[in-house]
Amino acid sequence: MEGMTAPPPMSLLAELTHRCPLQCPYCSNPLALEPKNNELSTEEWLRVLDEAAALGILQVHFSGGEPMARKDLPELVRHAARAGLYSNLITSGVLMDRDSLARLADAGLDHVQLSFQDADPKQAEIIGGMKGAQPRKIEAARLVVEDGMPLTLNFVIHRLNADRVPAMLDMAEELGARRVEIAHTQYYGWGLKNRAALLPTRHQLEATEKAVAEARERFGSRLAIDFVTPDYYADEPKPCMGGWGQRFLNITPSGRVLPCHAAETIPGVAFPTVREASLKDIWENSKLFQMFRGVDWMPEPCRSCDRKEIDWGGCRCQALALTGRADAADPVCRRSSDRGVVDAALSEINGTDSRASETFVYRRYGSGE
Amino acid sequence: MMTAPSPTLSEDLVPAFARGTRLQHDRVRDQWIVQAPERAFLADPIAAEILRRVDGATSLEAIINSLAGAFSAPREVIAGDVLAMVASLAERQVLIWKA
Repeated sequence: MEGMTAPPPMSLLAELTHRCPLQCPYCSNPLALEPKNNELSTEEWLRVLDEAAALGILQVHFSGGEPMARKDLPELVRHAARAGLYSNLITSGVLMDRDSLARLADAGLDHVQLSFQDADPKQAEIIGGMKGAQPRKIEAARLVVEDGMPLTLNFVIHRLNADRVPAMLDMAEELGARRVEIAHTQYYGWGLKNRAALLPTRHQLEATEKAVAEARERFGSRLAIDFVTPDYYADEPKPCMGGWGQRFLNITPSGRVLPCHAAETIPGVAFPTVREASLKDIWENSKLFQMFRGVDWMPEPCRSCDRKEIDWGGCRCQALALTGRADAADPVCRRSSDRGVVDAALSEINGTDSRASETFVYRRYGSGE
Repeated sequence: MMTAPSPTLSEDLVPAFARGTRLQHDRVRDQWIVQAPERAFLADPIAAEILRRVDGATSLEAIINSLAGAFSAPREVIAGDVLAMVASLAERQVLIWKA
């Protein structure tokens, strides 16, 4: 099918590896982690970066797992810079020291996004499962700011840390970050598996909204806050990825090319790989990218909805995970006949006499699937 | 590093791109793009003309003079456009002021 023309993609999430010293139970990686010997080689990534630039990608986000676990990271950053790509490192910071940051800065790295699990070091360890992680992360933040590279702090918010959002915002200010992301957990993959322990109460959500509004007032333009709400509490779905196959592509450690990082859950379709096809061919012609691109695939209630080109039907992976059908309306939507599954999860957390689970399944690399 | 609360704009000021922010021509879309942390946005043709003259050494006065020489609009109109745009980009941490 050649009819559906795709705009050039803007952004590439390059998941270099699934190896990571942390074990966060809301990790965005798939439940089945990729072993090291399946990872793309340096040469393969260099070719992919060239293809990405030629296709119109503007920014490459080096991620993982922990991307600093790849020894060739400075070489990949240097190549991206030469190709004119803006490079962002999404890191836990626990492998960063003065030398490794200097190598990345010298290679032309543009920006660092550093994740924290909490403002409280003990609570952060309960989530990340790595002893002594917090001081290393704080040191990493200091090194980046000292270098002069712009720094974004990322906090994933859930029931066990939502009460400390004000402290997280203070921390971003104290460390000299230029941006901070207060991003509520999204519930697919690991997040969905651990939803009963992670989903915040409505009261907690409202408190985080208030803390963010107050901090915006206080910080003005010197520290930007990116606030991501938990869509379960919304009435309309998020425009996931800005639309399937519209702006974004994701490459897994073994080279599979996906419209979003959870897309490997979609059944009945082959996942194209950079080992077998060019990025351009995959973006423009693969069945996977055509599958939910635009609005032609939509059933009701999306098909006749006036918001169909605003939210693009919401998240395909969430629709699949909660309704069993990837082409259903995102059940977060009030117009979806499946909204009841979302409301049931909310009443479990907000019910007066319920004690939701606080036991996690940790995301451990190498512990077998 | 970031400047303190932005000074009242005088044409003596010298704008520069903040670290991690730049203007870039995108061959694929044939468009000027401002690249910044976690976002990229299109620079319209007027913005691109202004930002192409930002090099960390040229003052606003010289930028405005250069634009007034290249385009047939009154200098005061151009100055108004330039000052409004650089003020807004400084506010969004895209531009900083050189001492």
